[in-house]
Amino acid sequence: MNRMNVEMVVGVFLLAGFISFSWLAVKMGDINPFKNETYPVTARFTSISGLKEGSTIELAGVIVGKVNTIELDTGDYEAVVHLDVDKTVELQDDTIASIRTSGIIGDKYIKLTPGGSDIILEAGGEIEETEPSISLEELVSKYIFDSK
Amino acid sequence: MFRLVEKLGGDFLYLLETTGRMGIFFGSATANIVRPPYSLYSIVRQIYFFGARSVTVILIVGLFTGMVLGLQGYHNLKQFGSEELLGSAVALSLIQELGPVLTALMVIGRAGSAICAEIGIMRNSEQIDALECMAINPVKFLIAPKFVAALVSMPVLTFIFNIVGIFGGYLAGVVLLGVPEGAYFQGMYNSVEWADIRLCLVKSVIFGLIVVWVTTYKGYYLHLNRTGVFGAEGVSRVTTDAVVFASVSILIWDYLIGSIILS
Repeated sequence: MNRMNVEMVVGVFLLAGFISFSWLAVKMGDINPFKNETYPVTARFTSISGLKEGSTIELAGVIVGKVNTIELDTGDYEAVVHLDVDKTVELQDDTIASIRTSGIIGDKYIKLTPGGSDIILEAGGEIEETEPSISLEELVSKYIFDSK
Repeated sequence: MFRLVEKLGGDFLYLLETTGRMGIFFGSATANIVRPPYSLYSIVRQIYFFGARSVTVILIVGLFTGMVLGLQGYHNLKQFGSEELLGSAVALSLIQELGPVLTALMVIGRAGSAICAEIGIMRNSEQIDALECMAINPVKFLIAPKFVAALVSMPVLTFIFNIVGIFGGYLAGVVLLGVPEGAYFQGMYNSVEWADIRLCLVKSVIFGLIVVWVTTYKGYYLHLNRTGVFGAEGVSRVTTDAVVFASVSILIWDYLIGSIILS
């Protein structure tokens, strides 16, 4: 095989690898240079048990963003969740953020319920109304011990 | 009794000697990669041999690995009624474990053994000594391009394997067994993180290094083989050794890298 052909084959080979890698990185690794613009919003929960960084945010069942970081406020022992919400979605300042589970053993996600206020949350704003994650064990124990 | 003690001491010294020689060999190979002059075309030819010629086998193995994962995963997940997790199960097991490991094993079998035999025969027929006589550094001339080629080719092959495997899982799971297509891909997009892809990348680069290091080392130092068997039989023994040693190292390092990075 002559030199030109070898170089051609190697070029195609490297290109195939590069395309495979970038497909995986963009589609799955969320490393996307062209991704939708988002703006940050924070929310405080008394418990976020099960929520992870990268969990989805849904509004009316449609994915509108992702959880960026989660940290613990050591002052009042609340979880502070930083959300990245799509620029196209405007949230009222009385939007309710609740942590829900998809299915029984499914992933936790944040469900947003739009409010009725006229004031739109700005970038860096905080969602005041939150519902912590519901634990099946807590519900069961509540039911057992309250009904006595 | 004295024999036994003597053998123990001899074995230990041999182990030390081999480890040291492997280390020095690795050091001189990497030093020769960065030292000019660079011969780009010899690297391209090695990538052609090491990587491009391995694509066919990687395609076949990847496709069937993905199909088996799709088939088995479907029947296991069906018991819990969560077939929609199939996509993430296939993608995660391919990207984190099977992609890098199986690619490395296939490359050892196809290219690693050939490299080891090639260099072993060159050592046998005194071609390496001839290079030295002509003041051509044999490590720079023979080994360094192979190192670069392996470091470039292994990640490429691994990612081709991943993609083909995911497609194989799609064939078995979605086309044959009827998992919803959207669930297959969406579950995959949601569950695979950048950290998984980075783990795959790190693993494939390290595995490429192990493959090329072990196989070239075994061939290059054929004449220092302790069994005292040289010639054609020596080449065959050394090649077998190299394949076994490289495969075992891959599986051990797979666990070590996983436990270091995932912890």
